[in-house]
Amino acid sequence: MAGKYISLRYGRFSQLIDKKVVRVNIVLIFLFLIVAIISLGLGDYVIHPFDALKAVFGMGDAMQNLVVRNFRMPRIVLAALAGMALAISGAILQGLVRNPLASPDIIGVTDGAALATVGFLALFNTSDNAMTVSIEWLPLASFLGALGVAWLVHALAKKGYSTVRLVLIGTGIAALAKALTQFLMVTGPIYLASRANIWITGSVNGAKWNQDILLLVWFVFFFTVSLWLARRLNAHELGEGVAAGIGVALRGDRTLLIIAATALAGGAVAFSGGIGFVGLMAPHMARRLVGSGHGALLPTSALFGGIIVMISDLAGRMLFLPLEIPAGVFTSAIGAPYFIYLLYKSRGGK
Amino acid sequence: MVLEARAITVAYGDHPIIEALNLEIPKEKITVFIGKNGCGKSTLLSAFARLLKPKAGSVVLNGKDIAKMPTKKVARDLSLLPQAPVAPEGLTVLQLVRQGRYPYQNWLNQWSTDDERAVRHALRVTNLEDLADRPVDSLSGGQRQRAWIAMVLAQETDILLLDEPTTYLDLSHQVEILDLLFALNRAEKRTIAMVLHDINLACRYADHIVAVHNGRIYAQGAPEEIINEQLMRDVFKIEAKIINDPLFGTPMCIPHGRGRNLIKQRQQEQFENRQPTNPVAVKNR
Repeated sequence: MAGKYISLRYGRFSQLIDKKVVRVNIVLIFLFLIVAIISLGLGDYVIHPFDALKAVFGMGDAMQNLVVRNFRMPRIVLAALAGMALAISGAILQGLVRNPLASPDIIGVTDGAALATVGFLALFNTSDNAMTVSIEWLPLASFLGALGVAWLVHALAKKGYSTVRLVLIGTGIAALAKALTQFLMVTGPIYLASRANIWITGSVNGAKWNQDILLLVWFVFFFTVSLWLARRLNAHELGEGVAAGIGVALRGDRTLLIIAATALAGGAVAFSGGIGFVGLMAPHMARRLVGSGHGALLPTSALFGGIIVMISDLAGRMLFLPLEIPAGVFTSAIGAPYFIYLLYKSRGGK
Repeated sequence: MVLEARAITVAYGDHPIIEALNLEIPKEKITVFIGKNGCGKSTLLSAFARLLKPKAGSVVLNGKDIAKMPTKKVARDLSLLPQAPVAPEGLTVLQLVRQGRYPYQNWLNQWSTDDERAVRHALRVTNLEDLADRPVDSLSGGQRQRAWIAMVLAQETDILLLDEPTTYLDLSHQVEILDLLFALNRAEKRTIAMVLHDINLACRYADHIVAVHNGRIYAQGAPEEIINEQLMRDVFKIEAKIINDPLFGTPMCIPHGRGRNLIKQRQQEQFENRQPTNPVAVKNR
């Protein structure tokens, strides 16, 4: 126990730091930055990573500055933020329902947002495919859909402490939202269906700086909240009886944790759509490296989530040029086999 | 620290499990709740641990109603180990035991010198120092239960409540866990109250037994005073003979029923062997 940890104590501040967690996170931060910089340089117009880095600070030539700062950076920042937010949301929910196979989908966030998005497109669409309100409002609609459905799930599951109830109701409501979405897509015009499909798959194409800044502020706030809740989440993960025994206020904490998870996932899907499997995959990879203490697990998952979505977006831009594939296709393409691998492994034992 | 129930009624929904029950947990002693499945003994323990809020009456800790005390404050005096707890995948023994310090910590202060001392002490008395960095889910059943007990010990409470701490353990681990709890009670004067299913082990380790029947206390007292054939009949609905444990002298319960009966078999054989008073049989030998 001595060699693995460092005790930090100063006045009323004290922490036990796991050296491995520090090492892992330093490596991941480097990886995160490298992926971001390479990503900035790649596209139809290739820029050397070093020049791309210069362009970030406006020190490249005019063309480089334009491509990096106006086109690529906004979408890469959005990809990173969405990935991080979904990963933290997944990590919180996995801890809360004590099931490593949980993801933000179980509280209906993704399907709620999808329903609201399709509803928005259907409602404000005229017969000649023009929108009656600005498309700028779409993220707001998605966001409200995510929150609305998550709130509904929480309200219905509130009676009694059981987290099994939360999962069952969440799955049920999500299926209902999905059915309504499908209904709107099938009955609506073809334009709606293809537009909605891109959203549902999840894409960071066309990201704008003002969206990034909004999401960044949102993310930083709720990331801080979730770090503050990490200690309580650790206690929750021991089960309701144990948690109550060591003095956790079950009801209040559970509501706070669900709010944080919903807000993070809701913010991400509002701007990037239903990017799948990140919320499931990233916390898993993190848990392998840093174990299940949430103080370490949340930031590590976030880094993994950001890296996964950035790479997926890069692959979507590069692999099928000139065609652009939504990032969500790639997260699912890696995520689904990973999910099956997890199930296979958990059956086979260690 | 005195923990008592004053006229508590506990119900699941509208269905009352316990009605108007009074009970004081004897201080610095080991108390064991016994009774049939569904008799209300686990419910009673949950009410004492504030997991279930009584519909009427109150659970009182040192003269104060625990429902009105901050839950973190209660957790410094009273700890609970629920039945068959499951640790999250990959959680190490040290991380688990640290959780016992939750009621003493806040966001800034998560590893004080007090925390460190309590955690080390808990690991030492449960003999887990060498396993501190191992994941809990990689341990054997007995080690795992010791890790949970270490977590509860790190909580440094005067009163420990345990719901069937020996369930799913084999006999040697059952004895190991009960020995550990017994030693803690005798060495550190901690009040222990637990639910056990094995009457014989209950009689051996308990100073005080509470026999629960239909949500009421059927009898309570020292095992040698209250465990008798009538109690077994009324509480457990079983015919049994009570003898003295040949090793400890505490009451020991031997249930009737079917099964291979070697005593009857031997009597039968002796009876048959005695038959050859008949001269024909003697000749045939």
